[in-house]
Amino acid sequence: MTGSRTDDALVLGAVAYDAKVVTIWDGFQRWFAERGFAFDYVLYSNYERQVAAHFDGAFDVAWNSPLAWLQAERVATARGCKARAIAMRDTDQDLTSVIVTKSGGPIRELQDLRGKTLGVGAGDSPQATMIPLQHLAEQGLVAERDFAVRRFDVLVGKHGDHVGGERDAARALMAGEVDAACMIDGNHLVFLNEGTLSRDGTRVLTQTGAYDHCNFTVLDGLPRGDDAAAKIASFTEFLLAMRYDDPAVRPLLDLEGLKQWRPGRTSGYRLLADACDRFGWLDPFLRQMGAA
Amino acid sequence: MADGAALDLDDLGLDRGAALLLRYALADLQVGAALTVHGSAPALDVHLRAFARAEGHGFEPVAAATQLRAPRAASGAPHIATLRRGEASAARWVGAERAGAADAEGTVAHPPQTWGLAARGAAVEAGGPTFAFQLAWREQLWTEQAGELYRQAASAQWDPETAIPWRAERSHPDVVEHALVQVLTYLIENETAALVVPARFCAQVHPHFREVMQVLAIQAADEARHIEVFTRRALLSGLPLGLSTTGGQTSLKTLVDETDFALASFLLSVLGEGSFVHLLGFLHVHAPDACTAEIMRLAAQDEARHVAFGMAHLGRHAAEDPTLLARLQQAIEHRHDALRHTAGLNAEVFDALVLLAAGAMTPRAVAAGHAAVAALVEQMDAGRRNRLRRLGFTADRAAELSALHTRNFM
Repeated sequence: MTGSRTDDALVLGAVAYDAKVVTIWDGFQRWFAERGFAFDYVLYSNYERQVAAHFDGAFDVAWNSPLAWLQAERVATARGCKARAIAMRDTDQDLTSVIVTKSGGPIRELQDLRGKTLGVGAGDSPQATMIPLQHLAEQGLVAERDFAVRRFDVLVGKHGDHVGGERDAARALMAGEVDAACMIDGNHLVFLNEGTLSRDGTRVLTQTGAYDHCNFTVLDGLPRGDDAAAKIASFTEFLLAMRYDDPAVRPLLDLEGLKQWRPGRTSGYRLLADACDRFGWLDPFLRQMGAA
Repeated sequence: MADGAALDLDDLGLDRGAALLLRYALADLQVGAALTVHGSAPALDVHLRAFARAEGHGFEPVAAATQLRAPRAASGAPHIATLRRGEASAARWVGAERAGAADAEGTVAHPPQTWGLAARGAAVEAGGPTFAFQLAWREQLWTEQAGELYRQAASAQWDPETAIPWRAERSHPDVVEHALVQVLTYLIENETAALVVPARFCAQVHPHFREVMQVLAIQAADEARHIEVFTRRALLSGLPLGLSTTGGQTSLKTLVDETDFALASFLLSVLGEGSFVHLLGFLHVHAPDACTAEIMRLAAQDEARHVAFGMAHLGRHAAEDPTLLARLQQAIEHRHDALRHTAGLNAEVFDALVLLAAGAMTPRAVAAGHAAVAALVEQMDAGRRNRLRRLGFTADRAAELSALHTRNFM
């Protein structure tokens, strides 16, 4: 890391939520190098440390979770600079989450959740905790007031990137330990196919609105340097030019779970922003960053 | 329904295989074209969204109110969503390459290592892993006869349990049984070398040359069976196994250590196993019991195929590579030099062969046995000279090289 700031490489910050992260970014590093673009990366164990380091100028671009994006955006606003989402995966756009319950059980409609227990993912998981709780709150069902919440905290600090919390919540539903469980739409299909959830014994109680997931975040003016903007522009161009029919890059796209990089957009973070505003989830981090 | 294509999933969900129907329907469409999806499975809209996102297709939901109004499919299922075909599903096969053609005429001279384990004739996705099969040049190993030799070998496999008369009468004297056990002990270690060598090269052959790989595999299986039946016969009388000599093992080690496929195949199959065909024929004729006679007959049949494969691919190789004969000659000379100071065939094995042919410990019988073994050695030499000439050596050079062959026979 220290060395990388002394050369002209564009440096990416990413969170090591899984060992495959090294394979992915090492692979992209080789792909960029073959095209004459100097690229390096630095890994963090949690998003909060990554966002803080981004503001310290430790790297150029952050591969941020949706919650980390909001954290960066709010801190940037407080400090008078601007955060931008330059690119994201096609699979980061228009996700939904579902709340699943047992068929034929006491929960027939949403309001039946009152007095019951909802299994959610990690406390900082936008998809398996925050957005579903916001969705319920919009229907008049407020967590810990109208129903109990049981968290399945796998790898906190990684913002739910690890699927384990969602799977544990689904298992708890099947075991009768919770009355309903939250998960991404795609994971619902995975859990049915792998048998974690029973096909005939469960049903979707409700589905959230569509939201977006990760993005590459840059902070205008950080890090300082004459060529920073040019490097970021080149990086974005290279990303958007990656094609799934290129055998050199396809295995990396498969590992990272996308078919195509798309220009970043921030319209898909409204639900999460509303959730954070309602429940105050961003406040401790913003206070820590002097941005509250 | 704008573009016309429609799919009725009825009550089939994505958790029960609907992805297959979706993929086929989408594959028929142009990139960007729409597919109207009808269905009544639970959570189909949730799963269609996830499916489309993961596979790189567009997804347009249909509002519940619209679903009620829209025309239903033949099954009565409502219009749940519209998918738009993306580019990714076909992109995977851009740059895919046919790995030759499936039939025996479909080999290429030097298949790329990226074809890897793919069936010959398969379409191989670009960007796959690079293997390191060392035998990847057709000239090194190919023969048009490989497929036929494999088929012959497969149909000639025999079951030791039923093919051998294990309970056949044994009335020969103990001294002959001792001699037989010594010969079998020698055969077992020779056949072990004949298993190890093709087994190692089998794993080095580029799978593009699948017939060669199959021949080497079944050759190794043949030897495994020979080791089994020789051992089982040796143990029938309850005697301990015989001697394994330093000279014998040193000779065989030169085969095991040979890393060049052509040279190893030449020394093992053309010279060694070729000589063994005569030896097994000798043992079939002079076997003291029907069980041993049948073992030797069946093993000799297998060995003859191994010789045929060696002759076929080396003959082709020699025709394409004018330097091959010189290298083969060098290999014999090198091996002879390496074994110059070893004992060659041990006296115990030689005496055992004589005794088997003699059948008794009388001077007259031993004289006959000794003459039979001398005739065997001459037969082996004649066979080697014949095969060397067929590979392209002159008669004089063939005689000279045959004489340098290991005294251990294999």
